[in-house]
Amino acid sequence: MNGTQLVWALIKILVMIGFVVNSAAILTWLDRRQGAMMQDRVGPNRAVFKIFGREFRLAGLLHPAADGLKFFTKEFYRPPRADKLLFSLAPILSMMPVMALVAVIPFGDTLCLNEIYRKAADGGGVWPAEPRFGLCSSQMSAIDLMVSPLNVGLLYVFALAGQGIVGAAIAGWSSDNKYSLMGALRAASQMVSYEVAMGLTLIGSMMIYGTIRLDDMVRWQGDHAWGIFVQPLAFFLFFTAATAESKRIPFDLPEAESELVSGYFTEYSGMTFGMFYFAEYMEVVTSSMLIVSIFLGGWELPFLHRDGLTIAFGEVSLAHVAIPHIWMEIISVLAFFGKVAALCWLQCIIRWSLPRFRYDQLQKLGWRVLLPLALANVLVTAVVDLAIDRAGPNVWNGLDVVAEVTQALTAVVITYVVVRIAIGFFTKRPRRPRAIGSAGKMAQKTGGVPVTPMQA
Amino acid sequence: MGTTFPKKSSPTNAVVVEHVPHTPTTQSYIPAIVEGLAVSMRHFFKNTKEMIRGETPDPILETYEDGIITVSYPEQKRPYPERFRGVHRLTQRDDASPRCVACLCCSTACPAQCIYIEAGEYPEGDKRHGYERYPVKFVIDELRCIFCGYCVEACPCDAIRMDTGTHAAPYDSREQFIYEKDLLLSLPARDGSLKTINPRHEPGDKSHPGLTREHGH
Repeated sequence: MNGTQLVWALIKILVMIGFVVNSAAILTWLDRRQGAMMQDRVGPNRAVFKIFGREFRLAGLLHPAADGLKFFTKEFYRPPRADKLLFSLAPILSMMPVMALVAVIPFGDTLCLNEIYRKAADGGGVWPAEPRFGLCSSQMSAIDLMVSPLNVGLLYVFALAGQGIVGAAIAGWSSDNKYSLMGALRAASQMVSYEVAMGLTLIGSMMIYGTIRLDDMVRWQGDHAWGIFVQPLAFFLFFTAATAESKRIPFDLPEAESELVSGYFTEYSGMTFGMFYFAEYMEVVTSSMLIVSIFLGGWELPFLHRDGLTIAFGEVSLAHVAIPHIWMEIISVLAFFGKVAALCWLQCIIRWSLPRFRYDQLQKLGWRVLLPLALANVLVTAVVDLAIDRAGPNVWNGLDVVAEVTQALTAVVITYVVVRIAIGFFTKRPRRPRAIGSAGKMAQKTGGVPVTPMQA
Repeated sequence: MGTTFPKKSSPTNAVVVEHVPHTPTTQSYIPAIVEGLAVSMRHFFKNTKEMIRGETPDPILETYEDGIITVSYPEQKRPYPERFRGVHRLTQRDDASPRCVACLCCSTACPAQCIYIEAGEYPEGDKRHGYERYPVKFVIDELRCIFCGYCVEACPCDAIRMDTGTHAAPYDSREQFIYEKDLLLSLPARDGSLKTINPRHEPGDKSHPGLTREHGH
């Protein structure tokens, strides 16, 4: 590893860890604010800082900072009979695996440094586009936009995702508190149950993609169709299992407030509690990253490839626009993080919409529904995959066209959603005049409720 | 087949809820989950849009509108109804003396016994001397008060009113809730005036309908 690669490794680590940690902090705000929006409330908007007499509230975005300050200044209390070493170790054990997990997740297409150097050497002109297939012209200058291009990819992910149990179990056990212990037991059994289903759902994807490296999976999806079209059942099963893994509503039995105070981290205070809290949100981000990489095409966008925009159905090529390599890199990185943000948003919607499962329902869902469905998915995928392999070039060409159609469908759906949201944003909702109360009549006399500018 | 209605004897307007049959579709909860997520998203998009564009319904005038109708309290205040019984005030005459004649009607009517009045004679030479009295002390314990408004009803002189439009402020100590005469006299009505619109006819005035000093016994 030479100096350049070392610098690039540091940059990649900073990008990935920075994104995960910061988006976890923002998620603590988003979760509450979004829940408020869904429930017709205002949500957190009180944190304020003043510069030159002007108040800034930034729609409540300062709350994570205020929370962080509070966490750090609060007392670290340890119950007298708690296990000192394990009690202090547990928050670290629950946080570290999540942070380490992002090492194998690719957040952009392979960067070819020599393209950028060539531009500098040429002194202007249009940057050339990369060829669609094949790596960079110089292998030395290729930078994989993932922290560690491990060839075991998904296995590493599963190994680390499984470690989350350890932190929760140790936290509950060492707290010397019955509620904590019950929460830890629930966490352990829940995560073990769903780990099985989670691993099995991905077997089908691995068979189709023919690799367990996440960047190769993304490339396959870019060349063919997104995983959600290839393995629709696995997508929903994995999404469910990943939600259960992150221990959030509707699967938040380990920390069920109404039953267990707050489960395995009942006894934690200050930043030690904050670490559990952050680990939960970081799990949301990392599980979103995994789902995006495996099922939603990672950094790929429909019709956008390494060499630019190509709209082609089978042999029929409709359009081709070459786009410089550097722009494709920026688009791919933005696409990946944009998809992750959208999926985090969706997870928050789910968290605020669905009620908590009962414990027996949770186990039934894991063992009687997800596991058999995952096994059936593996079986069907294997049979179909084998059949397609034997089918011959006619079927393959047909499937290629179908894959292009799914890409077109994705493009249409994304465009529709964006346009629909934009139209909805600029359409005013009609109001219905209705009866008002005596306070309203008084307000009409005095000219309405005085509204201060800062309410958001 | 006629439709059966709930029996008339039922005290409530009972709504008959149809039992949802258990089918694989309903038991998988998937339609219900999709429906629920759709409702959540609709609310989310609508409220976020209105929050960003500042179009949230007026919390008072559009109380029954869909959307965020929160009154952000310290910045926004819900206007009290016209006849809201707020903190008491003692009304003043034209010469800024209290209208109160210390008749003790209010303290007698008070069910919470929170009004304490010490009556005194006007000094010798004052034209009201021997005609009416004035409160040397007029104390209301606002912690004890139940804001029933009986004192206002009982007052024959329109001297005590509850039209300040403010609720009793929260204080640190109990002593601060003891409102003395000077404080009560200084509290304005909702329109800012320290008097009332009901006219006061002083003895000796031409408008005074009844006794003057000369007519008296």
